[in-house]
Parts: sequence; C-alpha cells; structure tokens
Amino acid sequence: MLDVTHALELDLVRKTYGDPLHGHQALTGASFHVKDNEFFTLLGPSGSGKTTLLRLLAGFESTTSGEIRLYGKPIQSLVAEQRPVNTVFQQYSLFPHMTIAENVGFGLKMQGRPAREVAARVEEMLALVKMEAFRNRRPAQLSGGQQQRVALARALAPKPKVLLLDEPLSALDLKLRQAMRLELKQLQAKTGITFVFVTHDQEEALAMSDRIAVLADGVIQQVGGPREIYDRPANLFVADFIGDNNFLKVEVLSRQGATAMVRGAGIEAVQARDAAQGASQGTLMVRPEALHLSAGEGRVRFAEKARVLADIYLGNALTYVTALPDGTHLNIRDEDARRAAKPIAEGQTVEVWADAEAPMLFDGAGK
Amino acid sequence: MSTPANQGKLAERAGMLPAALFVAAFLLVPLGLVVAYSFMPANSFGGVDPGFSTDAYRNVLYEQRLDGSFRLSAAYLLIVWRSIYVAGLTTLIVLAISLPVAIYIARQVPRRRTFLLLMVTIPFWANILIRTFAWILLLRDTGVINGFLTALGVISSPLPLLNTTGAVLVGLVYTFAPFMVLPIYGRMERLQQSQLEAAHDLYANRWQVFRHIVWPAALPGVVAGSLLTFIPCLGSLIAPELLGGGKQMMLGNLIYRQFSEARNWPFGAAIAVLLLVIVALIGLVQVYLARRKFAGKVA
Ligand SMILES: Nc1ncnc2c1ncn2[C@@H]1O[C@H](COP(=O)(O)OP(=O)(O)OP(=O)(O)O)[C@@H](O)[C@H]1O
Ligand SMILES: [Mg+2]
Repeated sequence: MLDVTHALELDLVRKTYGDPLHGHQALTGASFHVKDNEFFTLLGPSGSGKTTLLRLLAGFESTTSGEIRLYGKPIQSLVAEQRPVNTVFQQYSLFPHMTIAENVGFGLKMQGRPAREVAARVEEMLALVKMEAFRNRRPAQLSGGQQQRVALARALAPKPKVLLLDEPLSALDLKLRQAMRLELKQLQAKTGITFVFVTHDQEEALAMSDRIAVLADGVIQQVGGPREIYDRPANLFVADFIGDNNFLKVEVLSRQGATAMVRGAGIEAVQARDAAQGASQGTLMVRPEALHLSAGEGRVRFAEKARVLADIYLGNALTYVTALPDGTHLNIRDEDARRAAKPIAEGQTVEVWADAEAPMLFDGAGK
Repeated sequence: MSTPANQGKLAERAGMLPAALFVAAFLLVPLGLVVAYSFMPANSFGGVDPGFSTDAYRNVLYEQRLDGSFRLSAAYLLIVWRSIYVAGLTTLIVLAISLPVAIYIARQVPRRRTFLLLMVTIPFWANILIRTFAWILLLRDTGVINGFLTALGVISSPLPLLNTTGAVLVGLVYTFAPFMVLPIYGRMERLQQSQLEAAHDLYANRWQVFRHIVWPAALPGVVAGSLLTFIPCLGSLIAPELLGGGKQMMLGNLIYRQFSEARNWPFGAAIAVLLLVIVALIGLVQVYLARRKFAGKVA
C-alpha cells in the first residue's frame, strides 16, 4: 500500500435532501479522492450536485451516509467552524458592514489570533490579490471582480488545508473571467493550498484543473486529468458534455481486444476503441478536430462520401458541416482546410479521414 | 435664469408643495398652538387668557405655597423621570422579546413567515381600550391569575398585580412589541443565509456569528423599533391610567389631567413642550450617531 495521505477522500458519500427514503437524492455514493496540493475541479451541468458536494465538504450540510476524510481524519462529526477548510462563495457573501480589511481578517480574528498577527496577514493577503488600496472601503464600494478578489483573500487568510470555490468566476464578464482563470491557477501554485473548484464551464475546467470529476444527476461519471477526460471519456455523457463531438449510430462487425470494427450511418467499416461492453450496437464518437479532408500519416479512411452542407468560420477554426449518405451530420474541423486558400463549396462531396486512434465506440444510443 | 438645473429644482419644490401644506396644517399649526398656550396665563374655567406668562414653566419646578412664596418641588420631575424610566424599561423588555422572535420568523419558510407575521400583528386588530381592559380582567384581585393561583392553593390572599408599575409595563410591552418585531424582521429577512455560513466557515461560533453578523445587521431595525417604542411610551396614557390606577402617573396622564380636571391648559401645554424637547433630543442623538456611522463608512 502506498503511504500517501490525500487531501480529501470520499467513500460512498450520499446526500438525500428531506426524507431519507423518499427525499431528493442529490448525491449518490460519490467516491473519489483529491490529492494534496491539487487543483481539483467538480464539473457538471446545473442541478448535478456540485454545490451539494461542496457544502458537504464545508460542513454546511451533513452526509446521509458515507465518509469524508480530510488528510486521513474523518470530518463528518465536525461543524463548519471546526473544519480547517474555507469557502469562496458564488455570490462572494462579503460582510457588508465591515471594511475590506476587516472582512479579510475575520477568520483569523475568530480564531483568536493576536491583533498584530491578524493585521500583518491581512496586508499580506491584500497584496496577494492586489487589493491593498481598497483596505478601508466597504464591499458595496467595490466592483464584482474586486469583491471576488476580496472573497479569495478572506478565504485564504486563515491558511485553510483545502479551499473550496463554488463557481467563483460565474458572475464576472468574459474578459475578466479569463484573466481570473490564470490568476487563480497561479494563486493555487503560490499558496500550495489544495483547491476544490466548482464549475459548469467545461472550458474553465480543462484550462485550470490538475484533475476533474465530472458529475451528472448526483453521480460521479469520471475522474481524471483534462486530457484523459477529453480524449478518453468514460461514457457518452462525458463525451457529449466535454467539448464538441460527432455521434453516429453503428453496429459492431467484429471485435478484437480493445478495438471493434463498426459500420453504420453510411460509413463502411471503421476501427474504434471499444467501450461498448460487448453490445452489438452502439454509438460511435469522433471529435470534429480528429476528422480530416485528406489522407495522411496515422489517418484511416472514415467515410467515402460526405456532402458539404455549410462551413462555420470562427477565425481560429473552420468547421464543415457535412451529411453522411444516411443524412447523419458530421462536423469536420480540419486544420489544413482552414489554411486552404479557397473553402470547399456547398453541395460538393468529400472523402473523410480520421486520426486512427480517435473513434470510440460506446454502449447505448446517445442523444 | 432658468437653467435646466434650476427648473428641475423648481419642479421638485412645486411637487413638494402638497406635502409641505399637509405638514404645516396638521403639524406646525397645532404645535404652534401648544407652544403659544404654554406661554399664556391660565383661565380658571379651562382655556387661556390673553397675555404672556411663564408661570406654566415655573410650575414644573416650583410649587407655590399658601403664602405666595415658591419652593423647589420634585413632584413633576419625578413624573418625568418615571416616564423615561418606564419607557426605557419597556423598550429593553420589548427588545429582549422581539429580537429572538424576529430572527426566528425570518428563518422560516416564506409561507410560515407570513402566518407568523400575521400572528404578531393580531393585537392591532382589537381596540387598545379593549385590550387594556382584558389585562385588567387578568390582573385584578378577583381576576383570572389570582383566581387560578388561589384555586391551586399557591396563595391565600390575592397578589397585588393591578395598579403597579409592573402592570403598566406589561400593558406597554404587550402594546409595543409588534413595533419592534417588524423593523427587526425587515432587517433579518434581508440577511442572507450565506453570510451566516461564511461566518461559520471562518471559524465563528454561534455567539460570534450573532455578535459580528446578526446584531450589526439587525441594528438599524433595533434603533427604529426602539424609537417606535420609546417615544410613544413616554407619552402613553391608557396603560398608566388603567393598569397603573392613576397612581403610576406618567407624562401622558399629567398632560391629560391639566386639560381635563385640573383645567390648567398652559401647564399641560408646557409639559407637552417638555415632552417634545425630550423626543427632539433623542432625535438629535440618533441623527448624530447615524452621521458618525456614515462618516466612518466613507473614510
Ligand atoms: N436544500 C435543498 N433541499 C432540497 N433539494 C435541494 C437542496 N439543495 C439542492 N437541492 C437539489 O439537489 C440537486 C443538486 O443541487 P446542487 O445545488 O448541488 O446543484 P449544482 O450542481 O450546484 O447546480 P448549479 O450549477 O445550478 O449550481 C438539485 O436537483 C437541487 O434541486
Ligand atoms: Mg451550484
């Protein structure tokens, strides 16, 4: 056994709101761990149970069953003020009647630290989030982005073992959000504190996280690094939720080890990584950027004929929307095609190639 | 020079005219009358005689002896003091009861909140005289409480409950509690649950959350409720009259008597002016404190 203490370990954590038998099950048996000094993200659509999970960690809600350990110690019996974790709330929840400095110093003051230590730490934290100039203002006199920084400083000041962040960037505009992504990431590296970050924005999750847990309907769908989750989604939900994707209905022709030959939707025979658990029919997933309009090294032929319906030009990417012979749409984001001088005309028929390892076969019908 | 700004101001002033007229007619004129009466000689059949006199104010502090000389007397000052004391004590008791009630109501689900607020305002539904008589029925020697205790054998002779300062306090607290509950509730309703959670999250225990988050949030409501309780209490008439049996005279009773039995309108008016001055002083303190707080905010 490896002697590594994880920052957080969750064993079959369940949360049912209201009546334990008939109430709403917001979280079903979540088991995963968060490593020490990790930027860990809980990613999922609205209502998937992200906030619920975070509140269980903070101690605002109690688990229905299961165990949560913080650096090896079970913490369910501890109330919020006894847990060495701090939270950055979605709406910041700064104390309106206190100055910025008083807000930041609140946690330390409640811990009974001497005033001089509190003052020094407050200055340190305000410097960290570049808010020194605002120390005597009230929260109402700050912009959303500034309040955000103060909320961060306030939660970091008592040096929590784990920092919990519930969609902290969702109230900011796009530019600021992108700037704050980088800052948060750097802040995490600088402080060495384990971050558990909640978001429903997959781009945010991919950009910032060391590892991601994908949640849907109170169930952990997959835990892994950004690449792993993007390239090897555990199921159709994850494949659909993270990034763009093509889904084709196919039947299995043959299987060999971890691969399967499939056919359908107007494609003759394509080799795919097999995650269909023996099913004879399934859904083939292939990302638009893994599809090409020309042959090349490491590419296999994916479809003989696809008719170009439209092109979507986004500056840094060009996507062709095509239709396979049976009418199924296939999006192709080919880097060469973007650089080509002339776009392919509507109605023209093209041949489609795929990166050999890209297609993946899943059980089930998809959407 | 009709700059747009000037025009705006003019329009604003014109818009305020109805309100200004209303205040003049229903506040300034009666008040002016009271002040004027207080500086006029008394007519022994009630009302005032024309002329100017400061007798009324002298009478607050001095008592005229049979030989016509004046002697310092604390009788009326005692009534002033009792009024302040009873009103202050009432305010404290009302606050102690209302704060937890308001916090409790604000924490309920909306439907229950509405119901509980309705319950708080129920005393308003009945006339104040009827409510006060109900207290007499409860408190008098042959009343419900004494009857109950006697039947139980706890006491052999009735406890003197009615016609005491305690009875006056009970009546006042009962009357004014809603005036404290409602403004505090208004503040508590706006206090976000996440503020309390944030405080707990930052290691504050229940007492510290109350002290540092709940109380500061409630404070404007507490101030408003205290003024709404203290000021009317100072001049209250019915509770001291009926529950205090007239023995626990307060400023309201004193004023009332000067205009009725005693037929000394100028003296009654002078006491009313005195009451007004006390209230105005409280108002000034309140404004000063609010200013100081505001200044602190901007600095
Ligand atoms: N206090 C509560 N009582 C009952 N049900 C609740 C409560 N809080 C949340 N839920 C339910 O639990 C589920 C998960 O909610 P949760 O707030 O954890 O979702 P979320 O992933 O944070 O969503 P969002 O992205 O919209 O914030 C939802 O269906 C929600 O309605
Ligand atoms: Mg949420």
